Amino acid sequence: MSGTGKIKPGYARSLDLKHGCIEMAHGSGGRAMAQLINQLFLAAFDNEFLRPMNDQASFPVFNGRMVMSTDSHVITPLFFPGGDIGSLSVHGTINDVAMSGAKPCYLAASFILEEGFPLSDLKRIADSMAQAARAARVPIVTGDTKVVEKGSGDGVFITTTGIGMVPDGINISSENARPGDKILVSGTLGDHGICIMSLRENLSFHTSIKSDTAALHDLVADMVAAVPSIHVMRDPTRGGIATALNEIALQSSVGMMLHENQLPIHEQVNAACEFLGFDPLYIANEGKLVAICAAEDAENLLKTMRTHPLGEKAAIIGEVIEDSHCFVQMQTRFGGKRIVDWLSGEQLPRIC
Amino acid sequence: MKYIDEFRDGALARKIAASIAAEVNSQHDYHFMEFCGGHTHAISRYGIVDLLPDNVHMIHGPGCPVCILPIGRVENAIQLAQTPQLILCSYGDMLRIPTASGMSLLKAKAQGADIRMIHSSADAIKIAQENPRHQVVFFAIGFETTTPPTAVAIKQAQALGLSNFSVFCNHVLTPSAISHILQSPEVRQLNLIRLDGFIGPAHVSTVIGSRPYEYFAEEFQKPVVIAGFEPLDVMQAILMLIRQLNQGRAEVENEFTRAVLPNGNIKAQMLVAEVFELRRTFEWRGLGLVPYSALKIKSAYADFDAEQRFPMPALSIADNKACECGAILRGVKKPQDCKIFGTVCTPENPIGSCMVSSEGACAAHYSYGRFRAEKHVTAKEH
Repeated sequence: MSGTGKIKPGYARSLDLKHGCIEMAHGSGGRAMAQLINQLFLAAFDNEFLRPMNDQASFPVFNGRMVMSTDSHVITPLFFPGGDIGSLSVHGTINDVAMSGAKPCYLAASFILEEGFPLSDLKRIADSMAQAARAARVPIVTGDTKVVEKGSGDGVFITTTGIGMVPDGINISSENARPGDKILVSGTLGDHGICIMSLRENLSFHTSIKSDTAALHDLVADMVAAVPSIHVMRDPTRGGIATALNEIALQSSVGMMLHENQLPIHEQVNAACEFLGFDPLYIANEGKLVAICAAEDAENLLKTMRTHPLGEKAAIIGEVIEDSHCFVQMQTRFGGKRIVDWLSGEQLPRIC
Repeated sequence: MKYIDEFRDGALARKIAASIAAEVNSQHDYHFMEFCGGHTHAISRYGIVDLLPDNVHMIHGPGCPVCILPIGRVENAIQLAQTPQLILCSYGDMLRIPTASGMSLLKAKAQGADIRMIHSSADAIKIAQENPRHQVVFFAIGFETTTPPTAVAIKQAQALGLSNFSVFCNHVLTPSAISHILQSPEVRQLNLIRLDGFIGPAHVSTVIGSRPYEYFAEEFQKPVVIAGFEPLDVMQAILMLIRQLNQGRAEVENEFTRAVLPNGNIKAQMLVAEVFELRRTFEWRGLGLVPYSALKIKSAYADFDAEQRFPMPALSIADNKACECGAILRGVKKPQDCKIFGTVCTPENPIGSCMVSSEGACAAHYSYGRFRAEKHVTAKEH
């Protein structure tokens, strides 16, 4: 481990990453905490910004417009097919930054650990975060660790914060949707939520669906290069695409008309929703985006998205319309129309 | 999805819609009640009204188990859940029903009551096995569809010797509710509701069969078509009802032949008969006291009856004065006729039970169809 200098550290035994657990001492600011940070977090995230071990990260800034976003992650279970809380916490914030059209530059990560949490799991999570950050070329430059007593947390909570730079000439915002615009999604809807639900103790059904957790900034970079005038972008996480579109409709004071037969939804997701009484439009995604652009740019944007691996199944799913009530409506496959409303409360399974 | 997509086919829907349009008598209005919340949900979710001629009217019936449970029983469940060392197991939709004081199981849970949302009666048995030091009560609700699984749970608890498990039984019966509506003064004397025919329940009928409806068809001269919950089932049933009326017939027809037999599921019926018996009377929200319309646990299984095990006072609590749930459940009013619909009463802040379950008439109209009412209002304003 670099950064500890030549002075021999005051502890002799290294962290037991196989059998050890988080103890209150790991959050108390003493040697145990320094050891945890050095041997676990710094070892995983190592980069030139983190290495000086200051209370803050120092990095050059560029001219132009900067964006910043923060996101807390509290998922159960911590590990799931397709990812874990670590990769999710990196992707989630990168995506929030990227939805402005920005190039994400730096991440900060803050951990709340529960006393008794296995160090082996924490290492797995830190390694996964490090791998996700390296793959995305966005370093984790500063962080924090706190420990809470057993029973006061749920293993580990991770908050990540990211900043990014918006290229000149890009103005993407949720208030920019205009009647006539086309609505696009980057791929199949509801994969993450159904994957997580299938693992919940009281549901446990078998599915080969994996979480779609992914960093979308490279796809976004291709998109803004092809169509710099994209009006709106949003990643439809909690509450699914229905919630994302309702938020945009309200912020832009417009309505929307979706076409059910154009929605890309994996058959297994549809089937799971069918027997649980859920609607896939309200199920969470962690590696998808919705984009709104002028009708004349839509085909070009769709083509660009489909050439990127994360946008292979992209589709145009509807258009923006004038509506003083800001309703998101859908032309059903069946031939009728209905509202795609805000989610109220949690989606609860129907009874019969 | 096989066996699902076939019943949601838009091209077939247009064909049936064309037949309906061709066969309706333009001089007549047709008023059909879909009894079940499942049908209400399908009609709203797939926008079936858009495919029907203007003179075919759908009236939402009381077949939503969450909607018809009187507030007193919900209050009982909340009081029960606040008992120390007790776990109350409930289906998800019940958790949000508000009582007169604005309390709900969800709020009781937030205040510390141990309330678990379950997906089947088997989950409740498992929770009882895992928590031997706690009393575990299953808040059982629903029509004939959910009754056999409750019977299974009680028999299982007996076989396992689970002394900490009991059932708060609120199971109700479909045929008695239909009779009650048909015999109500609003239908028979006052002519406040026109009912020309019924779309009969899907899942309920898989258990009880199609025979129990023959009485209505004969006695009240109302056609009944039992239909599945998929949108094409509903369209086809509407066409079959129109044909019966046009031909002057009043019969029980079965559109849902892929699942419903004339005699139903005999094994399930025997199981229910072994564990449950009729209550003399039971209060339904909106309908009031309906004779022989609900089930209670037989004395042979009294050990598993939460009403025997815990003090459970009979509470008769009136609905909020402004709430029209009662009239809506009887088909007298539509959700948009209620003054507080969409203003004070919304899915986020439900005042009446019809706004809670997605099968409730108000929630279905609010979540899927309110753009129609809004357009109407806008048109009038201009």
